[in-house]
Amino acid sequence: MSLTQKSATEQLALLQSGELTSVELTQAYLDRIQAVDSSVGAFLRIETESALAQAAGIDARRAAGQPVGKLAGLPVAIKDILCTKDTPTTCGSKMLENFVPPYNATVVEKLLAADAVILGRTNMDEFAMGSSTENSAYHPTKNPWDTTRIPGGSSGGAAACISADMAPLSVGTDTGGSIRQPAALCGCVGLKPTYGRVSRYGLIAFASSLDQIGPLARTVEDAALLLEVLAGHDPLDSTSVNAPAPAYSETVNQPLENLTLGVVDHHFGEGIDPEIVSAVQKAIEVYESLGATIKHIEMPHADYGVATYYIIAPCEASSNLARYDGVHYGYRADQAEVMAELAEDGSDEGPLVRMYRKTRSEGFGPEVQRRIMLGTYALSEGYYDAFYLKALKVRRLIRQDYDNAFAEVDMIIGPVTSNPAFAQGEKNSDPMAMYLEDLYTVTANLAGVAGISLPCGFTENGLPIGLQLQAAPFEEEKLLRAAQMFQTATDFHTRRPELS
Amino acid sequence: MSLTRQDVEKVALLARLKFDDDQLDKMTSHMVQIIQYVDKLSELNTDDVEPMAHALDINNALAEDEPRPSLPREEALRNAPKRDDECFLVPAVLGE
Repeated sequence: MSLTQKSATEQLALLQSGELTSVELTQAYLDRIQAVDSSVGAFLRIETESALAQAAGIDARRAAGQPVGKLAGLPVAIKDILCTKDTPTTCGSKMLENFVPPYNATVVEKLLAADAVILGRTNMDEFAMGSSTENSAYHPTKNPWDTTRIPGGSSGGAAACISADMAPLSVGTDTGGSIRQPAALCGCVGLKPTYGRVSRYGLIAFASSLDQIGPLARTVEDAALLLEVLAGHDPLDSTSVNAPAPAYSETVNQPLENLTLGVVDHHFGEGIDPEIVSAVQKAIEVYESLGATIKHIEMPHADYGVATYYIIAPCEASSNLARYDGVHYGYRADQAEVMAELAEDGSDEGPLVRMYRKTRSEGFGPEVQRRIMLGTYALSEGYYDAFYLKALKVRRLIRQDYDNAFAEVDMIIGPVTSNPAFAQGEKNSDPMAMYLEDLYTVTANLAGVAGISLPCGFTENGLPIGLQLQAAPFEEEKLLRAAQMFQTATDFHTRRPELS
Repeated sequence: MSLTRQDVEKVALLARLKFDDDQLDKMTSHMVQIIQYVDKLSELNTDDVEPMAHALDINNALAEDEPRPSLPREEALRNAPKRDDECFLVPAVLGE
């Protein structure tokens, strides 16, 4: 097994014992990126010099016997949505092509304090809006298992870089499934923490009541290690919860006794690929063989999740993205062109309003504009009650479904996606088909509960299939332990795509 | 619920976006399709349901009102597409 195929947990042990240096490890990943990323496109930028400099500094401190952080020397890839001081942060958008944040996101501070080596920035759907990473303003990312297919999204680069051994750990964000869905389609582990578990300070906002930052990794153990560093209260984020963040990596290998898992029969209804049904059912049998009790439960409002989400998320986005006005930062339309356009169509809206409109129409891609339009419409006079308020009420019903379920079972087990990775371009012209990709993932964001995706099989064509476990708020510790029980009993997570 | 091309044009102004004719047609047809789908929420009776804006029961997260250093002006202006030494610059607002 080559160095980049080892798990982060194994690599950390080698670093700690002195058998491996961070410079060697970082260089191995840089070489791997050099060799395969031209066919995957997981990265927007690779930070070779700063990564090697950081690695050398950590090696020197470790050699001198000085204290080092929890992740000392392990490379980490960061989704290009997390502000990093003095480093371009584009959010996959032309709007922020030249944006250089003046401060660090809290999770970036935490990674630096833990002595993680920042390897580079991963590709994403523009402003995290999409399920295929085809909405990046820069280039699409491809699925390492079949480069004619999409890796999922919006954290497509974050999942693909793990799957192709270009990073041992990566940080993504999940607003409606953007960590779990790409993790499922690329065959890695991705965890969306409870809303409030990880600080959102410095995360470029899409839908503030739904966004959460979380880890992607090859193994559950590695995800536990990274979550342990990311989680915790932050006075700079008023929605971050002041509760202790457990040492997940210390308990992840303790199996859960008397585990009760809930199965929602409706999850296996029409529209789901039979190969996914079969893989998930086999996974449920694995849990039964490990002593878990399976209970059939109802989630009567699950079918309304996508409709609820595609009102609430665009409403919040239309408000959050109002800040891109061509004035404070980011792209701005050319002034002479603005004046020429106004003169040509004789509009009386004035140079300022036209500058805003031209800036935003040129700076945002089509999907971002569509969501801003939907949100603006749903919040506009006369429609607020029918759409936004109605969606907030259904959101409550969805949360009540979860509360009722978790009164009966420890976790809910089911699929992550209804289909394996689809072909590039297949759903690009049909927004509704793309939105329905989020069927099994959006409800966790609406309710604010925790969810994890882990590999549970492959299709006949060799495409990965994901298993989703969802747990009550702040039960990440149990979620990780349950997921680790599955990985200990199976080997799906050890398979690798063939990339030259 | 119907949505016309004119409605979409009006929303575009509210959203500070601008579309040419082709884009407007496409946006209208996509929005009609999506709004028809999300309208399935009207199947549910939600008369006695409390709206849920947020997943957490945090009401007010209060902090002491103590002055702290904020972003220096030069740093705050650094990313501005158009600026002078002290301010963000915008096109004329009140006309010539």
